[in-house]
Amino acid sequence: MTASTEVFEEVLVADQAEQDDRFYYASQWSLIWWRFRRHRVAMVSTSLLLLLYVLALLPGFFSPYLPGMRFESYQEAPPVRLYWFDQNPEGGGFIGPHYYGYEKTLNKETFKYEFAPILDNPIKLRLFAPGPEYTIVGDWTSTIHFFGTDVEEAPPFMLFGADRLGRDLLSRTLYGARISLTIGLIGVALSLIMGVILGGISGYFGGLIDEVVQRLIDFLISIPSIPLWMALSAALPRDWPVLKTYFAITIILSILGWTGLARVVRGKLLSLREEDYAMAAKAAGTGERRIIFKHLLPGFTSHLIVTITLMVPNMILAETALSFLGLGIQPPAVSWGTLLQDAQDIVAIAQHPHQLIPAAWVMAAVLLFNNVGDGLRDAADPYSDH
Amino acid sequence: MSDTGRGDLLLEVRNLQVHFYLFEGVVQAVNDVSFDVHRGRTLGIIGESGSGKSVSAQSVMGIVPSPPAKQLAGEIRLHRATPDGGIETVDLGRLDPRGQEYRDVRGGEIGMIFQEPMTSFSPLHTVGDQIGEAILLHIPDSTPQSARERTVDLLRRVGIPRPDRAVDAYPHELSGGMRQRAMIAMALSCDPALLIADEPTTALDVTIEAQILELIQELQDDLNMAIIYISHDLAVVGGVADEVMVMYLGLVMEHADAETIFDEPLHPYTRALWQSIPKIDGPLEQLVPISGNIPNPFAVHKGCPFYARCTERIQGVCDESPPPVLEPRQGHTVRCFLYADDVDLASNGATGD
Amino acid sequence: MVAYIVRRSVMLIPILLLISLVSFAIIELPPGDWVTYQIENLRASGIELNEDEAERLVKMYGFDQPAWKRYVRWMRGILFKFNFGWSFQWGKTVNELLGERLPLTLVISISALIVSWIIAIPIGIYSATHQYSVLDYIFTFFGFLGLTIPTFLLAMVLAWYIFKLTEFAPLGLFSIEYMDEPMSMEKFIDMLKHLVLPLIIIGLNGTGALIRVMRGNLLDELKKQYVITARAKGVNEMQLLFKYPVRMSMNPVISTIGWILPGIFSGEVLVSLVLGLQTTGPLLLRAVLAQDMFLAGSIVMILSVLTVIGTLLSDILLAALDPRIRYSAAAAR
Repeated sequence: MTASTEVFEEVLVADQAEQDDRFYYASQWSLIWWRFRRHRVAMVSTSLLLLLYVLALLPGFFSPYLPGMRFESYQEAPPVRLYWFDQNPEGGGFIGPHYYGYEKTLNKETFKYEFAPILDNPIKLRLFAPGPEYTIVGDWTSTIHFFGTDVEEAPPFMLFGADRLGRDLLSRTLYGARISLTIGLIGVALSLIMGVILGGISGYFGGLIDEVVQRLIDFLISIPSIPLWMALSAALPRDWPVLKTYFAITIILSILGWTGLARVVRGKLLSLREEDYAMAAKAAGTGERRIIFKHLLPGFTSHLIVTITLMVPNMILAETALSFLGLGIQPPAVSWGTLLQDAQDIVAIAQHPHQLIPAAWVMAAVLLFNNVGDGLRDAADPYSDH
Repeated sequence: MSDTGRGDLLLEVRNLQVHFYLFEGVVQAVNDVSFDVHRGRTLGIIGESGSGKSVSAQSVMGIVPSPPAKQLAGEIRLHRATPDGGIETVDLGRLDPRGQEYRDVRGGEIGMIFQEPMTSFSPLHTVGDQIGEAILLHIPDSTPQSARERTVDLLRRVGIPRPDRAVDAYPHELSGGMRQRAMIAMALSCDPALLIADEPTTALDVTIEAQILELIQELQDDLNMAIIYISHDLAVVGGVADEVMVMYLGLVMEHADAETIFDEPLHPYTRALWQSIPKIDGPLEQLVPISGNIPNPFAVHKGCPFYARCTERIQGVCDESPPPVLEPRQGHTVRCFLYADDVDLASNGATGD
Repeated sequence: MVAYIVRRSVMLIPILLLISLVSFAIIELPPGDWVTYQIENLRASGIELNEDEAERLVKMYGFDQPAWKRYVRWMRGILFKFNFGWSFQWGKTVNELLGERLPLTLVISISALIVSWIIAIPIGIYSATHQYSVLDYIFTFFGFLGLTIPTFLLAMVLAWYIFKLTEFAPLGLFSIEYMDEPMSMEKFIDMLKHLVLPLIIIGLNGTGALIRVMRGNLLDELKKQYVITARAKGVNEMQLLFKYPVRMSMNPVISTIGWILPGIFSGEVLVSLVLGLQTTGPLLLRAVLAQDMFLAGSIVMILSVLTVIGTLLSDILLAALDPRIRYSAAAAR
């Protein structure tokens, strides 16, 4: 190396911005995080998703009523509107958030009940208002709700309307979120365990074991999932307690769920084994186990996380579908699927379209998870297009 | 470059400039490149990857991917034979690369051989189908039957055994060398006046490389074709070319006939290249690698792009303004300040500090 | 080619065996043996059944024998007599019930597959050849929606919306006025009107996936050397596109049949239920709810076998289109 090379290296270093340096020496996770942060849709979706989980974690606090509370004569009442300005023709002006009670009349031509707000009696709403007692966790209870009214004997404020039995759909949707949003996580956790074990075995040992596991996966993929889930959940006794049914359903869902993860694990193990750096580690005398945990596993945890994120929405959907069919979570337990049972026929939906509100929540959750998964996928792949 | 005594002038490229507009920035892939190609003669273009040698050739073919590439300036004049025996001139640079007129030239007057014989054929179609396609497109009055017969003849001519069977073979049924022969047959299928060979032997074994080179030269003698031969391999270019052009980062650094450029290279880059390869007939001396790497392709250079790696650079000159193209000898051009009269070499010193 | 088909078919045998085992497991799954359960049901609904008759039923279904014997019996019935068993709930043979429902399931599923191809392939080609154009973004977005929005929810929302807009209820196969009429042109058109929505909804899920596959593959193929070679021959761009890269990227699309078909059968169950189509979907639900397990197990088995056959057909199609697969199949022999 002559003097001129040194000069050249100086030039090189000077040429590269500091940012480049940061880029070259950053850990894999910081890289992923930087790239993810730039993905605006994914970032927004992540925040909204976290918000959803907060709601699902404290349904008692955020919902004004209990999911089982029935309001007589409010059956299938449409959503109650929130107002800021007094609607009374004589009153008027800004009076803060309030709503009006419903007057129920029977339309003599269509023989349908019609609900009209009673405009001369505004009922004011406020944050952290007292309401029915709910359980936070264990024996810890509270009566403070996120919003409510101090007015005694007020007509119910049902922002999403009421169901067939006059129960508040908003409260039921929030309580339903608890089951619907967690069943996906637990189902994926189960699938992950099965997938990593079976995929790992398959990819690590190869040979006959690999062949058997691969054929098993081929087989499971060829079974239409919904019919199989239906048949399996049919075997669950209807009188089981909610928690038992809940776990049985997650197990049923993971029976088919693990195959995708196993494929990812196996595929990555096989290709990474052939990578130069694994070879180099082997040539340097590193033990097999160390190669797997130290060198191979970090190579695909990012892919695993992506696969998992994209699997959760499928699990949520599967639970919704099963409960919708009456084969999953059984009433009186609430999940988004059981709520949608009210919306099974189109005539009913046409008359009470607010029954579709839980469907919007399902779609939102699914879309958000997919956005996050997509963002993660782009961020995790250093050679992706953008 | 004005030498017309070497043969009929076939192609004139003048001041070609092609830039790539990429997400990360602009790459000046080809900058102010000019050259001539004569019938029956071979122009060798030498350069490292990223030097713009392939893009120059692709520009002549009109197959530079656009976008991201854009031809900003330059003329590509093809003097082609007309059916009545005359010569007409078309500026290819002005034609629509996707239009009918350019497509007639492509595969007709100009044939091209690519580097990767493994991927150059579609795996779903037979070799005969893919060669015959070119014949049907360019040879007037050809029928599938006549195209097939011509394909068999071509395959025989490029030395593929049992051509009547190879014509129905799929590419994966042929070896790499055989595929490259088939590729040559395809490029030659319509008697091109110009053959562009873009690193045709890089992916092949050395023994097969020799056979392919021999075949190309043989075919050139038979057909009086002009050839543009692109390679990073100096020995190969030295073996086939009549004149040689050395490129670096989109610029032609030196251009002379093959003998001169190998015996008396002028540009420090050419000299460095020569020193970095072993010579069979020369004395045994130590090989000197060129220090450093090719600079970032997105970088814009105020001065000479080779400045950072040059052992004979003149500080304050070479890094300040672009070097001029000089012609120290008749027919020998070089882009370097070292041969400019008005630069006082002695006072600046020949090397950087 | 024949050898390839035979080899692929033989490879299916273990998978078919597994499917039959799982289906049988489904039949046996409900706690307690179902003959006793059915006998109780019959008695509860007031049908007099003496001990002899009950025992005859137990014998008839082999419940005095081990499970594997019942499996062999069931399989033998299917393979040699094409007899899937008896549905208690309907008092008919499973064959009869499937005969009524399966054709519509097949028509809807296969049409949905075709619809999704017809929509997805041109869009995929356009998106790949016009990458990052406005339409590409729009198509990619809708493809993403198709992938993520659950079919049965979409069915509910769209059916409601159509009903609200046009007062036309896209339910069932025929409008009420045509229900009992013999087939006529009007009735046929009415049927098509009823089929449009389910086909699009069931196909949509696969469409989103197919657009992604087609677009991604074509983008890869467009960068390949053979495209440049063909361009260097002077082939017209349009001809080039369809002769080389599009054909190449059809291969992965064809092989998606293997996983799109189960999705379509799954979606069909739910959508048929929401839209009131008399396919095997609602039949399965009723069978499952009533624990009419021969019927439920048979439907699961038939749908799975149909998927496997679909995969086999796609493999054969693939080999017919791609000489490399034929070649490696021949070499493997």
